Amino acid sequence: MALPQSAYKDREFLAVIGDEHVTDPPSSQKNYLVVDAKTELATIEGAFESFTRGRRDIAIVLINQHIADKIRPKVDGYAEAFPAVLEIPSKDHPYDPERDSVMKRVRKLFGE
Amino acid sequence: MSGAGDREPVFPTRQSLGAMKSKLKGAQTGHDLLKRKSEALTKRFRDITRRIDDAKRKMGRVMQIAAFSLAEVTYAVGNNTIAYQITESVRQAKFRVRTRQENVSGVFLPQFESWQKEDVGSDFGMTGLGKGGQQVAKCRETYTRAVETLIELASLQTAFVVLDEVIKVVNRRVNAMYARPAPLSSTRFYANGNGCSEHVIIPRTENTIKYINSELDEMDREEFFRLKKVKGVKERAAATEEEEKKKNARRTSDKENERQEVNGGGEGGGNVLGDEGDEDDLDAFEAEGFVSQFFLRAKDRWDQEPERLLRRFKAGSGNGEAPWKRFMSGVGVKRFVGFA
Repeated sequence: MALPQSAYKDREFLAVIGDEHVTDPPSSQKNYLVVDAKTELATIEGAFESFTRGRRDIAIVLINQHIADKIRPKVDGYAEAFPAVLEIPSKDHPYDPERDSVMKRVRKLFGE
Repeated sequence: MSGAGDREPVFPTRQSLGAMKSKLKGAQTGHDLLKRKSEALTKRFRDITRRIDDAKRKMGRVMQIAAFSLAEVTYAVGNNTIAYQITESVRQAKFRVRTRQENVSGVFLPQFESWQKEDVGSDFGMTGLGKGGQQVAKCRETYTRAVETLIELASLQTAFVVLDEVIKVVNRRVNAMYARPAPLSSTRFYANGNGCSEHVIIPRTENTIKYINSELDEMDREEFFRLKKVKGVKERAAATEEEEKKKNARRTSDKENERQEVNGGGEGGGNVLGDEGDEDDLDAFEAEGFVSQFFLRAKDRWDQEPERLLRRFKAGSGNGEAPWKRFMSGVGVKRFVGFA
């Protein structure tokens, strides 16, 4: 029932996948990925995978919403509690709750 | 009636009936408790969902403010590579999160807490000394607040996901109490992969109780019937015995009559050997009975009144009959032809 504490005991970092305006202090092993117009989809997906499933020390993954849109299937398919995947707006793209995967799940639940 | 006739394989005894009844009671109590738990969790769930909704919108605004302040910094510093410089100069994470467990209706929900690692200095302390130091400081503050909001939001979101899963499990169990459950270890061997709801364990137990009751009633009826039969047989046996006794009593009185006859002479009188009549088909048993009884009576008579009998024997009868025939009055001679 629920998650054992060991699942998230060691997670303490925030990871970021965003464009250059969103920054967080990085660690020795980079917990961020700067995405610009030239970044490939595969790179983004790889970073997402490694932050969510690969690394055991990430507690929260922040991702710009417009980038999340690019890898929407992967983000929607992600349904685990840890690490928490949070979609944040960026400078040029304000926050839109309609596209947020968590909000979609919420609406689906209450739509029943 | 789905599930009718579907019951547990038990022997129909009173003990198993008692066990089934307490099982049913336990199942009903458990079901109620689970329902209540499910309701509490759902309430909490909705609460969290609403808060997530609010927090996300707030976050949108906060991020926007933070972006503005970054823009201000860039403007103040004069070049647009400030962000890049910061990224490059920082080596270690200062801002970190801790997880805490919170107990909500028996479910442990994780909560994130931000903390700052003390010995990690702000490596970009040199930045902005040239220009715009104040903006940099302000920007940092804004971003710190933004991150805190984000962490709060992440806590809510995680709680949401965990609760979602837990509620599904609890509802499955609630429904499993009464219905065909989804495969879950908690419902043990009743799982059969179908949808859920309130129709497995309790109807099964009820069916089992009905079955046991009907079997016990059946056994009682059989027992009752058996007793009656036995009683009937016993009564008949008792009646037969009574008959036998009466017959014996009559034979004894016949014997008395015989004695009187012998003394008084003359033929007739009762039969020596009782009331069997002149049946020609006697079986071996009955014939033997005749013979032995005749012997006994003759012997008695001989013992008791030897003189008299001898006299009579010698005297013979007047009509030319063989003298020994006088001892056998009323009995067919042909039966005793074999001895004399």
